[in-house]
Amino acid sequence: MAKRMELNEVEVWDGNMAAAQALRQADVDIVAAYPITPSTPIVQNYSKFLADGYVDGDFIMVESEHSAMSGCVAASAAGVRAATATSSQGFALMVEVLYQASGMRLPIVLTVVNRALAAPLNVNGDHSDMYLGRDAGWINLCSYNPQEAYDLTLMAFRIGEDLRVRLPVMVHQDGFLCSHTAQNVRPLQDEEAREFVGEFKPVNSMLDVANPVTHGVQTEEDWHFEHKARQHHDLMNSVPVIKEVFAEFKERTGREYDLVYKYKMDDADVAIVALGTTVESARVAADRMREQGIKAGVVSFRVLRPFPFNEIVEALGDVKAIAAMDRSAPGGTFGMLFNEISAALMAKGKHPVVLNYIYGLGGRDTTIQMLEEVYKQLDECAKAGEAKYPLQQFIGLRGPKLSFY
Amino acid sequence: MVKKIKNLKEFSLSNDRFEGANLMCPGCSHNIIVREVLNATNDPVIVATATGCLEVCTAVYPRTSWDVSWIHIGFENAAVAAATVAAAYEVMKRKGKLPPATQKMVDEGREPKIVAFAGDGGTYDIGFQSLSGAFERGHNFMYVCLDNEVYANTGGQRSSSTPIGASTTTSPAGAVSYGEKMQKKSMVEIMADHGAPYVAQVSPSKWKDLVKKVQKGFEVYGPVYINAQSACTTEWKHAPEDTIEVSDLGVESCVWPLYEIINERDEHGIIYSTKLNITYRPKQKIPVEEYLAAQPRFRHLFKPENRHIIDLWQKAVDARWEYLQRREEAGV
Repeated sequence: MAKRMELNEVEVWDGNMAAAQALRQADVDIVAAYPITPSTPIVQNYSKFLADGYVDGDFIMVESEHSAMSGCVAASAAGVRAATATSSQGFALMVEVLYQASGMRLPIVLTVVNRALAAPLNVNGDHSDMYLGRDAGWINLCSYNPQEAYDLTLMAFRIGEDLRVRLPVMVHQDGFLCSHTAQNVRPLQDEEAREFVGEFKPVNSMLDVANPVTHGVQTEEDWHFEHKARQHHDLMNSVPVIKEVFAEFKERTGREYDLVYKYKMDDADVAIVALGTTVESARVAADRMREQGIKAGVVSFRVLRPFPFNEIVEALGDVKAIAAMDRSAPGGTFGMLFNEISAALMAKGKHPVVLNYIYGLGGRDTTIQMLEEVYKQLDECAKAGEAKYPLQQFIGLRGPKLSFY
Repeated sequence: MVKKIKNLKEFSLSNDRFEGANLMCPGCSHNIIVREVLNATNDPVIVATATGCLEVCTAVYPRTSWDVSWIHIGFENAAVAAATVAAAYEVMKRKGKLPPATQKMVDEGREPKIVAFAGDGGTYDIGFQSLSGAFERGHNFMYVCLDNEVYANTGGQRSSSTPIGASTTTSPAGAVSYGEKMQKKSMVEIMADHGAPYVAQVSPSKWKDLVKKVQKGFEVYGPVYINAQSACTTEWKHAPEDTIEVSDLGVESCVWPLYEIINERDEHGIIYSTKLNITYRPKQKIPVEEYLAAQPRFRHLFKPENRHIIDLWQKAVDARWEYLQRREEAGV
């Protein structure tokens, strides 16, 4: 039995330590991982927990992220709790197996410390990796600070392992701005966390040799579509379970989570929609705007997949202008948030001005002043009732202004 | 627990853990090898399989040919899959959380055997990194390469196991080409050099030798590599009923020598002795030409302009046989 770690009511943890502590408390049976900046400290912290007797599962230092995720798939199919961590190129190397994990309905937890994708090689934060994996059939949870990275990682096990769901879950946090920024975190004590996460419930365990089971079959045109449809069905229907887990977590900790995050949206005329640590900067910018008489608000996704269609439209209410802020190179079109938000609004018969801002690629700093400038542009559009700026602008970019559409 | 097998009849009457009801080609060696491996033990077996002929032909939803727990993830990760199942087994055993039926078998001394099967594409090429990593980490599992020297599942492309002169769909023989240009990779030695406790080369035609080696592999702790010759009726282009005969020609000509490499370790895991044993010595070594002539993939080598490749083959096989004998004599 692993040793219990005495934790303070308030710990000072960065996002990596927060995620590593959550993995430790979840009593993971197999962590198969490979180091990559900026998520490396997660596996280093976890190794140290193991070395000091705080982990009684196995930590397998595999030779690549492809093998890390493959190992998690095999462990999960063997009927044990499995988790790993990665970033960027490592995430990209895992992508093939991400689809296998979700298609095989294995509740693996992956903590993703978001980082840019090469080329050019870059170790800093943006959301390119998150965007790369968004169609992989995983539940995607988004955190903005170490506390949330901790909370959501614990909750990820409960959500993914619920027998009504049985799907893998990613928990995102921003590279460096969250992963390497120490902040106050209020952890659960080990026994509370273990009780909350609960025992792993094996389904079709390969280790149950009296009941042989075949995992990872072939299906062609006769059955593939039904499998993928069922998988999508269950992903879409994970929402009530996510809400239940959020509610139970609130009861235990007082910390409230919802599918969509809202800040000062009740009377907002303009809103920034962003992911990750930018949400926290946008809150400060919104407050400053409000001092200047601009009714500014912030909306973010806590759950990016399944896409909270009704909730995002409801959260945006009747705002007149929206900035969809994408921290990923859009690759020849609008950013993902712009596309998805615009589609949701239009489907609900709403037609506010929506502008797409591409920002912060490769760790480029996004200041509160820049976000204030975004709000000012939105305010102009809101007052004019139309887009007064190009629909897609790159902000924080050196050299001449870049915009499209 | 080592299973006692007296003769082929008795062996053939073992309960099938791998059903003949599958989609493999008639005359495919994979079937024979997999049955021989799984029937070598009465202990429970858990199998991981790489993408390839064996996988696509045996687990097509809603059917399965496997009466053991089985997993397929992808082409390049059978080794890590089996290795991690082995790790998961050890964690749950240590935690006392094995499923009750499994725990009961363990209590009776019947620990599950964890086996990975992959073709040469999934082993020599795309799965090599995963295989090397799993062996370096020393997981307790057996990896069996079903070596048919070609990407058979995708239509006969060359792999790094394809021998020189073979005509494949990506190294076809033609007016100015004799086919594959490279010599086959020496997988057995490469795996032995990982420090694996037991590594062996087998042929399904010598079933007793195969079963004995698999049983030896099951008895040691650590990663075990078995390189199994798998004559491919579709890509070697011999008649389905000739599979065993072609396999035997490979063994009798020393193209496919049967041997094992044992790395003995002390209690700290330090290797103190490496021994190579030749486990079958042909009474009369037959010319390589006879092996090549039995397989239309080498037919073009018999044209006058390509005869030098046959000579090269004979030289290479002789040199290798010599090398193996020297190693055996030297006890290294």
